[in-house]
Amino acid sequence: MSRHTSVHSEVGGPVLTPSYRLLVAIAALGGVMMLWRFAAGLAAVSNLNDGYPWGIWIAFDVVTGTALGCGGFAVALLVYILNKGEYHPLVRPAILTSLLGYGLAVLAVTVDLGRFWELWKVPVYFWRWSHSPQLEVALCVAIYVLVLLIELSPAFFEKWRGSPDSGLRSFAEKGLAFVKRYFVWILALGILLPTMHQSSLGTMMLLTGPKLHPLWFTAWLPFLFLVNCIIMGYGVVVLESHVSASAFGRRRETEMLGRLSKVAMGVALFFVAFRLADIVLRGQAAALFSWFGVAVLVELGLLVAGALVLMSEANRRSPSQQALAALLLVVGGTVYRFNVYLVGFRPGENWSYFPAVPELLITFGIVALEIALYVAAVKTFPILAGEPEPARA
Amino acid sequence: MNPGRRRALRVLAGTASASATLAAAPAHAARAPKTPPPGAMGMLYDTTKCIGCKACVAACSVANDMQPDRGPDGLHLAPLDLSGRTKNVIKLFKEGEKTSFMKSQCMHCVDPACASACMLHSLHKNETTGIVEYDPRYCVGCRYCQMACPFNVAKFEFEKAAPKIVKCELCRHRVGEAKLVENGGFSRYERGHGPACCEVCPAGAVVYGTREELLAEAKRRIAANPGAYVPHVYGETEAGGTQVLYLSHVPFEKLGLPALGPQGVPHTAYTIQEGLYRGFAAPVALYAALGAVLWRNRKKLGESAEEVKP
Repeated sequence: MSRHTSVHSEVGGPVLTPSYRLLVAIAALGGVMMLWRFAAGLAAVSNLNDGYPWGIWIAFDVVTGTALGCGGFAVALLVYILNKGEYHPLVRPAILTSLLGYGLAVLAVTVDLGRFWELWKVPVYFWRWSHSPQLEVALCVAIYVLVLLIELSPAFFEKWRGSPDSGLRSFAEKGLAFVKRYFVWILALGILLPTMHQSSLGTMMLLTGPKLHPLWFTAWLPFLFLVNCIIMGYGVVVLESHVSASAFGRRRETEMLGRLSKVAMGVALFFVAFRLADIVLRGQAAALFSWFGVAVLVELGLLVAGALVLMSEANRRSPSQQALAALLLVVGGTVYRFNVYLVGFRPGENWSYFPAVPELLITFGIVALEIALYVAAVKTFPILAGEPEPARA
Repeated sequence: MNPGRRRALRVLAGTASASATLAAAPAHAARAPKTPPPGAMGMLYDTTKCIGCKACVAACSVANDMQPDRGPDGLHLAPLDLSGRTKNVIKLFKEGEKTSFMKSQCMHCVDPACASACMLHSLHKNETTGIVEYDPRYCVGCRYCQMACPFNVAKFEFEKAAPKIVKCELCRHRVGEAKLVENGGFSRYERGHGPACCEVCPAGAVVYGTREELLAEAKRRIAANPGAYVPHVYGETEAGGTQVLYLSHVPFEKLGLPALGPQGVPHTAYTIQEGLYRGFAAPVALYAALGAVLWRNRKKLGESAEEVKP
């Protein structure tokens, strides 16, 4: 049975440390580049072109960023659907990471959209909706950001409950009561929506038809994207837990993360086996012995390497090996998404793409902002589980 | 394993296999192939007739009120490829003694991938003429149409702060009140109202009419001139068919026309997407299943929500 050994608590301490200022500076630089992009157009800051209309902003910030934000989804599946309550302490920080991953993906989309000022029409003009998988992704992600916000709201309410302001106090109490009452239906939505849009992110690239290399073009693409986001979700949760423990001196959840890592290992091995079987059954095995094949081997090799680390019981008990394996799984999952959206996408020999410096600075800025918001949130609100580790002599 | 968990797993396995079946069985729930509308308009380009004068390129630029796309010399209208400034281009293929001109513009697919990609039908296929039309009012500039187009035709004004998608719309803005009348075996508008490239062509290398008429004409030319052409009309079947058709004396791939099967590009994506989301039944069923499992697990959820309790 699940027993909650710990309640969430805020880290506390000053937010504006010197390293935090560096994060803010990187984010600000990205912000300046964004302003430049809005004033001067996409060509001024990016190497996006008519052959490669989607670059690093879509492949990384949106397609990978939302997968990195699947920790909340992946852990919720385990805790609430498979009824493994013991993982519950991981939920709240995972939801925060998800909210930031998705929220900033929305920001990146806005930067990427050439005609962003028309975006409001997408949810409003429902009579014009097509069956485009991208429409599904757009609407679903927008709703999911709201759901994540509601899922995380108890962290804010618990903080505000102790506020000296009576209005804020009663708002917090009402909010807590609301979330508690509709918990089941909010959670079900929090699992349904990622299932929908993560698979649709795979369906999206099926529409590029012959331009997507057959090593990646398969009717199973939506299913593979769904499995991939679960691997990445678990990886991120393990990494995030270890990094938080180191950075904020919290007690490590090594034992629990070891068990979670074993689940991640199983899903990763399933993904690799499924992927290879699909390639062979579609008669594309010969293509593995080409440059595109190398990309596939990197993508699957990283997942296998991560799984191999986790094969040994001893490694699963070691925080550093757990973190290493999680990193391998997350990078492997990322390479898969890059392969589908950039490497395996072949518009023709005349076209090439590599991100421009300002384009990269925007991506770096968004990542820095994400980390900065995470740090500020866990220092201010009760998100991380457990108490600070007792000081050692 | 406790019974609750077993039941939960069963529900999960059920929904997973249901969605997997939907995803994996495109053959069963396959989307019907698209057919061109009865009045589908198109063009026929014949490489053996083209003299490479590029009058069509200039006429297109003028008819569409485009900024001139100057070539390498910076003086003349001499676009090297389709771009945000060029909706129609003539290129030269050369391999040893063998040469051929090639005209590129939107193919006006029977089953356009660009329109299938578009969220608000900003790109959509006209139900009567079959022209793939663009309405920037509903375009968010996502460029998914460019990702999807198998011919790399849709272009984008990357250098502008308020950009648009740029592509041939078969001069639909010139038609106005003009009616189609039969003229030399083809359905034509009064001069000045048809596609500018076809009207200006001095060699008859590109002509317009209904797709039906053009296809018949192309087949007639192949039959009447044995050996003169690759015996195939490009666009008759490619990617589910296109309304712009090509006759060539060199292999089509040499002209940059990709070898495409008879299936529309959106086929796989749309079979899955429309299969999974038909009547929104699958998401609703999955939501209900998830809700049911969570409801059964709510005792433990209650414990989890303990912290939430005041």
